[in-house]
This record gives sequence, structure tokens and C-alpha cells, in this order.
Amino acid sequence: MAGTAALAAVVALSACGAKTNSGGTSDKAAQADTSGDTVKVGLLNSLSGTMAISEVTVRDSLKLAIDEINASGGVLGKKIKPISEDGASDWPTFAEKASKLIKEDRVAATFGCWTSASRKAVKPVFEKNKSLLFYPVQYEGLEESPYIFYTGATTNQQIVPALDYLKSQGKKKIYLVGSDYVFPRTANKEIKAYAKANGMTVLGEDYAPLGSTEFSTIANKVKASKADAVFNTLNGDSNVAFFKEYKSAGLTATRMPVVSVSIAEEEVKSIGSQYLAGQLTAWNYYQTTPGAANTRFVKAYKAKYGQDKPTSDPMEAAYTSVYLWKAMVEKAKSFDPEKVKAASDGITFEAPEGKVTVDGASQHIYKTARIGKVGTDGLIQEVWNSGKPIKPDPFLKGYSWASGLS
Amino acid sequence: MTVILGQMFTGVSIGAVLLLIALGLSLTFGQMNVINMAHGEFIMAGAYTTYVLQKSIAGAGLSLIVALPVAFLVSGALGALLEWLLIRRLYLRPLDTLLVTWGVSLMLQQLARDIFGAPNVQTRAPDVLTGNITVIGGDDPLTFASSRLFILGLAVAAVVALSLALRLTPLGRRIRAVVQNRDLAEVSGISTGRVDRTAFFIGSGLAGIAGVALTLVGPIGPTMGTNVIIDAFLVIVVGGIGQLKGSVIVAFVLGVLQSVLEYSTTVSVAKVLVLVAIVAFLQWRPQGLYTVRTRSLV
Repeated sequence: MAGTAALAAVVALSACGAKTNSGGTSDKAAQADTSGDTVKVGLLNSLSGTMAISEVTVRDSLKLAIDEINASGGVLGKKIKPISEDGASDWPTFAEKASKLIKEDRVAATFGCWTSASRKAVKPVFEKNKSLLFYPVQYEGLEESPYIFYTGATTNQQIVPALDYLKSQGKKKIYLVGSDYVFPRTANKEIKAYAKANGMTVLGEDYAPLGSTEFSTIANKVKASKADAVFNTLNGDSNVAFFKEYKSAGLTATRMPVVSVSIAEEEVKSIGSQYLAGQLTAWNYYQTTPGAANTRFVKAYKAKYGQDKPTSDPMEAAYTSVYLWKAMVEKAKSFDPEKVKAASDGITFEAPEGKVTVDGASQHIYKTARIGKVGTDGLIQEVWNSGKPIKPDPFLKGYSWASGLS
Repeated sequence: MTVILGQMFTGVSIGAVLLLIALGLSLTFGQMNVINMAHGEFIMAGAYTTYVLQKSIAGAGLSLIVALPVAFLVSGALGALLEWLLIRRLYLRPLDTLLVTWGVSLMLQQLARDIFGAPNVQTRAPDVLTGNITVIGGDDPLTFASSRLFILGLAVAAVVALSLALRLTPLGRRIRAVVQNRDLAEVSGISTGRVDRTAFFIGSGLAGIAGVALTLVGPIGPTMGTNVIIDAFLVIVVGGIGQLKGSVIVAFVLGVLQSVLEYSTTVSVAKVLVLVAIVAFLQWRPQGLYTVRTRSLV
């Protein structure tokens, strides 16, 4: 009996790590502190926990953009001073830190978040305090917020092109594997609607808890399904365990390719290219994307952080987001979020991925879709692109099959 | 058919991982009545040892082989140090050991974060362990993952070695004597302090071995210990505290149960169902599967 009691105590103690604070409750618009010769911005990323594998690189990339802008004179004559906070891969912590950045540090804008769960957690905080968040990662769409600029891809700029690509390759039977939270669940709902309308079959759908490392059963299920391809929406380092198990099960990119929407160069590097060579990814940018702007970006990033550090799509979107904010502020001649928002429509920037344009109505940006293949060197080579930037359509209004989604 | 066989193998391989993480704990918790919350961090220490060795030794295969004894020594030394510094003052006060070792586990996690950084790291498995072995060929082949076979072999070897050591060696006899009656053992001339420390060294060393095995499955991070410690306690409590045989059977039963449920439902539902099954089992048999002596912790 005492053993059971001790066990209960063990369970209770290990749950103590979770924090329960939520974001701020003030209705007053937060005033950015721009009194001195600097302007503060917040960087909100997971620097620890399961998402750190991805988010640390985004923070580094944001810092690079800020350094570059400061070196060329700053924004409206003020130097940018970044305040970095650790969201710790924990959604309530994200909300708490967002509130701290807005109210205590009085930042002019905040850049960061990766998982949709963290974005959903901070969304009410930014809306309540009327402060701006620049979100740099592809996501599942079906969202708009007056205080968030989405600089990563929305569904019609990533997931839909990936499905179009699979269809064009004759891959009709697909299997869905994802982490168990908002992004994969919503994305898979969209994929199932697409499949139904396009003569594709979804053979199965499996979710593993975020951070999970036990994938042998899922690999067995995928193998037994005899699907043509796997659509992977796993996040963070669960991908490490998944791809190890995938290879152990004897599944290969030629036999059953995996299309991933959350694995970029940095993740390829830490998972190991021996597990990923030949697998597909869907993004808007790769380190190998041609163009002078990208050559400059890659060179500057490697000079600052090390020659062996790759650049990736979310890093590029984060880097671009700082420049877009700068352009908006300069057009508005003010740091005031309302004026910045009003000035946003039509702002363009020669980004490493190519020219991007802000769509003021949805606060998303026009982006080119790119499908890539992982090489044995760990870099991703483009195998297809959409030719021109695609207009963002977060609610998939342009697709009849998506009418039932919300 | 191959699906069922493949799934049974998956169950057995999950069981092998469970057994490895629980084995050392069965010695320190089961035999010595110490609730060691830092056991998970000893597993983490074993995993990081593998990582460090791989950085300094070229060749993934060689570094893995070297990692097994080194991780055993590193984690074992940490365990012996913990026993000598804190736990020996707390025998017969199991709930106090819980709190103290929980504090130690938090400190070790932070230490790992300071040394290796907050992001998780990975090791490279040797090429022979990244593939699989075909058991039944043909159109619908049955294959077993080599890394899982290696872990299974490791678990079997560890169980055999531990049970032989407990049964046949003078040290094993002394451990059993201390477990059965500490005072009588002491007056018979056994240095119970030394026996305790040695047992703690072995139990913690086995956690190090488990850590090496876990590097073949997933990433290595400061919180990997907390992810596995609950499973380890479940195996031991359900198996019957102090019963090696119980732990072995329960680890494999839970592994197979988990994999079968996972196959027919989803990962999250399977986890819930396994916990429900455990609660129901403990209602029916609160003393666990096997028990000889009282389950009272004192």
C-alpha cells in the first residue's frame, strides 16, 4: 500500500514542473518605450526543451538582422535593442514572457514563437495589449489576428503545393504522421479534405505526444499500410526518433518517401543526413535557393555563427520579418503599432527567398512555394517551385474542397 | 501475420527498454527501500557519456562498445557518491529519500544544461545498428530492427548478470542478508554500510547502461530522465517491490500491451489504457505480481 502512495507522490512531484500562470489582463494599449536613442524589441523563442533544436536558430537569425540594421543606422535614427526571452517549449511560459516583454520591457514589437500552440497561447496577450508579434514559421492557416504578422507560409503556400506535388508524382495513397497538438491536427484535417476532392486516399493517421521518442509501432503501421508516401507533421526532436525507426523498419525514400513540413537544414543536420537523404520537404526557402540576397544572407550568418551552421526557412522568415517591420515603421514614421499596421500593405523586401510583399488585409506575405529533396551532404536541393510568389489565403477561400473547414 | 509478429517484436522491444530503465531501480528501490528520484538522471548521465565518447572516439561502433562499461562506471560512481553523501543518513525514511533525491535530480538536470546546453543532442548509431534483419522474406517480409535486437540483448544480459550476482557471489549473499534483516546482518559481521554503497553503485551503473541503450532510440537531453522515471517505478510497483522476476515479467507484459493497444488505437489512448489497466491491477493485487516480504516501506 505504501508503495502505491509513494508512486502517487512520485507522479505528483514530477508534475510540479509545469507552470500555470497566464498572460496579462490589462486592457490599456502598451506604450513602446522609445524615449532614448534605442528602441527595444522582444525575441521570444524556446531556448530549452524539445523545441530548442529548431528555435535557437531563429533567435540567432533575428539577432543577425538586428545587428545588420543597427550597423546601417538603425530604424528612424534609433538603434534596436533586443530583449531575448526563453519560452522553454512550454505554452504558458510563452504567454507569461510575452506579457513581460510588452508591459515591463515596453518593446515596440516582438519576434518569435514556433509551434502553433505557443502562438495560440500568446495571441490573446498581444491582442489585449495591442502590441505586434511577427511570427516566422509556416503554420496550419485558418487564423488571422490584427496584431500578428505571419511571415512564414500559410497552408496554400506550403501544404497545398506539397499535396499538388505528390499528386503530380502519382502518389495517391498517403499516410499521416504528426505530433499531437493543434498544427498537425488542423493540417491533417485540410489534407483529408484535399485528398477527398482530388482522388487521393488517406490510409491512416497517427499522432505522438510532442517530445515522444517511441515510434516503433507507428513505423510498423506505416509499413503495413503500403502507402505511396507519408505526410509528416511531427515537430521538434520527435523527428529524430521517427526517422531512426523509419530506417530501422526498412522503409526508404525510394520505397515510401516522407514529405516533411517542419524539418529544415538545421534539423537535417542534427537528425543526421544518413536517415534523411532522399526524403522530401516543403518550404519557401532553402540554403541552396539561388539569388544575390541569399548569398549575402548565408555568408553573413556563417560568418557570425560558424561555417558549419546551415540556414533554413524559418530563420530566413525571421530575418525577413525584422526588415519588413523596419520598412513598415519607416513608411509610418512611427513605432505605434496601429500606424505600423496601417502602413503595412504593399511593403516589399528583397528577401533571401526572393521578393516578398506584405498583404495588408490578411497580414500574411506573398511567398514562393518550393519542394526540396534532402541530399547526402545534409543540404536540401529544390526539385520544384511555384514560379512566382503565391498570394496568401489563410482561410483557403480559393479552394472549394476547403469550404467545410474552419 | 507478419504484422502481428512484427508488432509482438515491437512489444518485446519496448519491454526491453522498460526493463533496462527499471532494472537498476529494482535494486535500489526494491532491495534497499530507497525511492531514488535521481535514477532517471543517472540514465541521462549514461546517455551523455555515450555522447561525449562519440565526440572523442572516431567510429560509432567502437564508441558504443566503450560507452557501455564507461557509462556503468560514471553512473555507478554518481550513485555511490549520492549514497555516501546523503542517502546513508536516510535509510528507513523512504519518503525523505524521495524529496532529497528529487532535489538532486533537479540539480543534475541543471548541471547537464550548463555543461551540454539546453537543446537536446544526438549520437550516431553504428551502421550495423541502423538497419534491420529479415526474419521471414518474401513479398511481405518480417524484419526486426537491429538496434532493438541489440537493446533486447543488452536487457537480457543485464538481467542474467544481476540475478547471477545476487544469487552466487558473496556480495550478492551479503546484499540479500542486509535486505532480509539489517541488524542481524550487522551483528554477523557484515559491513552494511559498504554493502549498501556497493548495491547502490551497481543499481546506478545499470541506469548508465540503460542510458547508452536510449541513445539508439531517441535524442539525449537534460529532461530525458523525467520522461522515463515514472515508467520505471510502474514496472517495479506492479512487479512487486524487491522482486527481480516480477519486474522482468511486468516490463515485457506492459511493453506488449502498450504496442498492441497502440496498434489498434492511438499512442495517447494506449498510454491511458495501460495506466487504467495498472490501476485496476493494483486494486486487485496491491502487493504487485510477486511478493515475499511485506510491502510496508518501513
